Amino acid sequence: MYIIITYCLFQVVCWRAVASIAWAVLLLLPITAVFVILSRFSLLHPIQTFSGQSLCSFAIFSLILMCGVIIMVGFLNLEYYTVIPTIACSKIALLGQLLHPRQFVNSLAHCIMGIIVAWCCAVTLGGRYETIGYPCTQGDGTDSSPQMCLNEYHLILLLAGAFVGFSHSLLAVISNINYVSFHTVQQYKYLRFKGSLPFVVKCSAAQALYSVRNYIVVYFFLGYIPKAWICKTLNLHLNSSVHPLDSIAGLLDLSLLYHQWISASFLLFTWNITLLLFRIFVTEFLALQDVALLSQHSPSRRCEVFSLSQPGGHPHNWNAISKECLSLLADLTQRLVAYHDTVATNGRAKSLSTGKDLMSPRPTLLLRTPASVFARFVVGTPHSPLTAPFTPDLDSPFASPALRRLTAPLDQCSPWFGTVQSPHIMRRAPKLWSTSTGERRLMEDVRSLGSNGHLKQNNFILNCPIQVKHFLAKRVLIMYLFNKLPEASSQALFADSQAHIWALEGLSYLVQASFSEDQFGVIQTTLPSILGCMLILQEAVDRHFKLPHASSKPVRSASGMGDSTYKTLRFALRATLKTAIYRITTTFGNHLNAVQMSAEHRKRLQQFLEYKE
Amino acid sequence: MCSLALFPAPLACGQTTLCESNNELLSGTATDHRLKQDSSPLSLYFPRESLKLHCRTESSSKAAFLDHSETLWMRSAAAWRDGGLTGLLNEITNSNTEVPKWLSVSSGFTLALLRWFSSFHGSLFPHLTMSSENMLAEFSQVLNWSDCVVRAFAWHPHADKFAVALLDDSIKIYNPKSATTPTLKHRLQRSVAAVQWKPMCASALAVACQNCLLVWHVDPCSLSTRPSSGCAQVLSNPGHSPVTSIAWSPSGSLLVSASPMDTAMMVWDVASESCVPLQRVGGGGVTFLSWSPDSSHVLASTPSALFRVWETRTWTCERWPCVKGRCQSGCWSPDGSRLLFTVQGEMVIYVLTFGDTPAGVPTCTSKGPQAAAVVADLSETTFNTADGDIIVGGEIHSLSWDPTGERLAVLLEGDPQAADRPAIIAVFKTRTNPIFELLPCGFVQGEPGAEPRMMQFHPNFQHGALLTVCWSSGRITHVPFYFLGAGVPHFGLSGSPSLPRPQERPADFANQSLFTELIS
Repeated sequence: MYIIITYCLFQVVCWRAVASIAWAVLLLLPITAVFVILSRFSLLHPIQTFSGQSLCSFAIFSLILMCGVIIMVGFLNLEYYTVIPTIACSKIALLGQLLHPRQFVNSLAHCIMGIIVAWCCAVTLGGRYETIGYPCTQGDGTDSSPQMCLNEYHLILLLAGAFVGFSHSLLAVISNINYVSFHTVQQYKYLRFKGSLPFVVKCSAAQALYSVRNYIVVYFFLGYIPKAWICKTLNLHLNSSVHPLDSIAGLLDLSLLYHQWISASFLLFTWNITLLLFRIFVTEFLALQDVALLSQHSPSRRCEVFSLSQPGGHPHNWNAISKECLSLLADLTQRLVAYHDTVATNGRAKSLSTGKDLMSPRPTLLLRTPASVFARFVVGTPHSPLTAPFTPDLDSPFASPALRRLTAPLDQCSPWFGTVQSPHIMRRAPKLWSTSTGERRLMEDVRSLGSNGHLKQNNFILNCPIQVKHFLAKRVLIMYLFNKLPEASSQALFADSQAHIWALEGLSYLVQASFSEDQFGVIQTTLPSILGCMLILQEAVDRHFKLPHASSKPVRSASGMGDSTYKTLRFALRATLKTAIYRITTTFGNHLNAVQMSAEHRKRLQQFLEYKE
Repeated sequence: MCSLALFPAPLACGQTTLCESNNELLSGTATDHRLKQDSSPLSLYFPRESLKLHCRTESSSKAAFLDHSETLWMRSAAAWRDGGLTGLLNEITNSNTEVPKWLSVSSGFTLALLRWFSSFHGSLFPHLTMSSENMLAEFSQVLNWSDCVVRAFAWHPHADKFAVALLDDSIKIYNPKSATTPTLKHRLQRSVAAVQWKPMCASALAVACQNCLLVWHVDPCSLSTRPSSGCAQVLSNPGHSPVTSIAWSPSGSLLVSASPMDTAMMVWDVASESCVPLQRVGGGGVTFLSWSPDSSHVLASTPSALFRVWETRTWTCERWPCVKGRCQSGCWSPDGSRLLFTVQGEMVIYVLTFGDTPAGVPTCTSKGPQAAAVVADLSETTFNTADGDIIVGGEIHSLSWDPTGERLAVLLEGDPQAADRPAIIAVFKTRTNPIFELLPCGFVQGEPGAEPRMMQFHPNFQHGALLTVCWSSGRITHVPFYFLGAGVPHFGLSGSPSLPRPQERPADFANQSLFTELIS
């Protein structure tokens, strides 16, 4: 049954992606029209802009090609997207991501698509950009035999497209562009699209500007290589009477710069629009989010949650929801506690074993690469093996027993497997947290968090001879590459916290509503466990935020299509957790004194009741 | 419809309103009142002289430094950094001896064009030409904001504490149960227009400042009297200043902010410091926000004769064009089904009803009301008192409805020039079942010479309603209204359920036989 549901969810995501691609293709026509108008704009003859030549067959062909590119970009978006970002915890891990074969294929695809788009742009621009070769007469007039010469304007535009495509794909990895976050407020798709359109225009234009700047520098130094290669393969000649473009005078052609920039903007804009549409379509109403929203907005659906099953009188709906949410939260607590213990033992173990170590007390040789970015979704094989680089296998001889202890229970009480028992949720299958890939990626992330964590590395460090370590520590480059990025591990720990936030909101709203709406006292039975779970999590979160770097705010990223929401998820989780507990305590007030719980929890709860947290 | 003519006459000079008991407003002489109030820990007095005002002006401190010759490049770069495009053009136009003639002439021409265009834009939306101080004063819910010692006031929604923003840009937090009164100061905390505590939280306080929004996290257990500016989160967005109004969602998850300069209203996720702009054509800015207590709607008024009611599930809005002026103030009934609002230039209170659903079931449908109805007429009425005629009535500055939905306070602007037309607070009794009704209760007056500037009801007063009033003299007083609520609207989602009201009488009024009679 699980596989059937997963398949359904996958289909939902696919259909949404198809719809988004269809919209992107439809939008291509107006975008191209704007591009044509802007590219022909001349300052001195504004009227001439609109009196261009009619569409030739080349232009129509290029439009069809562009549609193909958009569909390809949409497909790549669907293929690579993730709801849990990959957070590289050191420079070397980032390098590993960039050099991964899968990423290489992605970059190559973007390169080729960039060339195709640039060719379309060149054809649309017409004039001197139109063809790669042109007939010319070489020599001093004595033997003026007609030859084909290389049109460098055409070439420079094609290469610009390739460069921009390539740099776009690299930037995508660095800024986690494939990460799909969920909006703080729900809006209709059209309004969301309209609202973020100016931003996309701005950031495409800015990114195009920087890319073109870098490209010009590269072309100035290395432009002769592709030029010579093209001439050789296509049997073209270089026209010596025309000034070469890889010189300062050639590159400082304002019209050429403008056309390069507008073409790059066009390219990036079409791709970013496709990405934006994909994000908007795919993040619409998912299961856990749906629980959070229904608990907040829909009394009739809340009523269904509080109802008893007809024969038997069991609160199946509520049991399913609360069990799922509580196991999610317990999982996070466990993860936090394990992380905290690891950090604590790390320091102590180090100080014991290498008492007079020159290195800092905090281990420097830590690298972690959550594998989720490389985890591909394959229908029917839930446990795809981890193939990411720098991710040690779970059953490697180095794995410590502590590590096994950490990972084993996570595998069994998986947060997502068997998500859907509640019959009323099943009826609304399409509204489920439908990123079925997300489930898998979450699992892998959880596992990789455990597997390639500090324990392993520390174990490795302890086993390796101290001399080697000293030798490595003295090499600046190695230190630079392997040094742990501050707060990255904290970010990685909370990478999937959007689900926890929804679980907390859903639970707390339901409990709050139960005060007046729960006729059968369904919720009362689970209230102690809910409160206990939240209070333990609160304690773990508090402890986590006392660690260095955990509470430092990330630098607010500048404009770009990459979504940096994941960097602040831990703050959002902390705030939501506190609000959730307050929501319950303000609703129930002193009635909570009648709830069974341990003395320690009661003390903590009292703090909340007195508004002292 | 209720009118001011039905009200009991205002008090004679020297008398102040003490409380409501037995269904009538009791008064006493000012000295009695002061003695009683001074003993209470929550009554405060901020004399204007005690505040150290800084004489920092808005413009830069450039004039204080000696002029020194820089190259044109340096000056242009500095002008670009300080004043943007207009600054750069101004600099080039002014230094016409150093630049080529065509450049200075063309930049002068561009500057003139820009000015003409901005004046055209300003004529469409006159508020855009105001300075930010004037704009804050114009759109604030505080009467005569720029001259007011207490610039903003907020009760905590759950705990017994409040925050007061003063003229010297500091914020003090008073808690009767604790000896420390933390004072919040921040470099960016200037011209505070509004403060509000985050619901479902003990510590977070949002502050609307001139250039940004601040969210302070004041640990209630901390003994520090000067929390560092590291405790404040700075939320800012280009073009979104000055911030004149803020509103937390009653569930405590979102914060919305409004600026008359920005046509978009910002919805903030405070923890992650990210915002979603909600923009619609028309209006030219957003001035006042109010979130309904059931968190289903948000009122957003604009500087033009137009206001919007946003529905908070999918964030769509209804447009409500007004006839005369902009929507000045508004407040929601505790169950979120009714919106009272006032319009600038009119002397009436309007009501909008959102769906006739029973209390506790918030409406999610987009089917709103068709037209607003007038519920009260507050046109000028002359009362004969012992001290001569007093004219009460006129335009309404702000509205406040108590959390039980039984009392409505209305701050009337009056006329600062005329002595016989003071600003005054009129209090109505409100009834929502079976039909919506306003009944006169009385006027709330302070000591002689003190005018009310702002008011707020205590969010969970046990014995009825407690109105906190900030006066022009810098005094903050609390006026209790003792009554037994009739059918307190129970409300499912937000707002704490009301506790059973204690039967014992408050100590101050032990000599009185009954403290109220049941309404309805």
